[in-house]
Amino acid sequence: MKLSVLLFAAAREAAGVESVELEVEESATIAHARIALLRTVPKLAMRTGTLLWAVNNEFAGDDRVLHSTDAVACFPPVSGG
Amino acid sequence: MIELTEQPIDFSALTESVRSHQAGAVVLFLGTVREFTGAAQTEWLEYEAFPEMATAALERLEADVCQKFTVVSVAISHRYGRLELGDIAVAVAVSSPHRAQAFEAGRWLIDKLKECVPIWKKEHYTDGAAEWLHPEPGTDRPSESDSATTGKDQSP
Repeated sequence: MKLSVLLFAAAREAAGVESVELEVEESATIAHARIALLRTVPKLAMRTGTLLWAVNNEFAGDDRVLHSTDAVACFPPVSGG
Repeated sequence: MIELTEQPIDFSALTESVRSHQAGAVVLFLGTVREFTGAAQTEWLEYEAFPEMATAALERLEADVCQKFTVVSVAISHRYGRLELGDIAVAVAVSSPHRAQAFEAGRWLIDKLKECVPIWKKEHYTDGAAEWLHPEPGTDRPSESDSATTGKDQSP
């Protein structure tokens, strides 16, 4: 299935785009999406340890199963305030 | 009241919005753009938000703080875009029947906001360097956020 992933802050800048389209298997997890993201945007490799994921506006762990209708985002640790 | 805005934060109006006859205490926290972090001199800051998730996260904090503390009313405003030295990046106003709960709730809110609301800041230094700040020990120049954890709070 196709998965659209929004990128923010340093991740968006490193990738040079605000979102990327990933091709992942049905019922792929965040862990799978992470691998697909790195294959698509190798420049994000140095940040893999720290990149956080969100699904439908909530933080999501590696085991979270994804659906094609999910709003997925990937970004560095937050630094607001 | 929750707000993400590109405009200067009107902290007087924000504070006024939480005042009430039920409250004997109102606490306002302002996070402002600091010039020096250690030896690094900031020229300006850029804030980026993930608006949908940031709004949802702030709304959850607003609901949670009312569960955890005896709070009458809460208002939070966070700015994004370009901010100059001294500008207000974030304002948190809390009213409560008594001061102890107002202070505690305000402290809890700003700490949680820095932890879980998807907003990022990029420092633009006077030497021309620029970097996104991440609250991870030992990776960057001392970050704005570090002050909050060392107790010498000069947030943001």
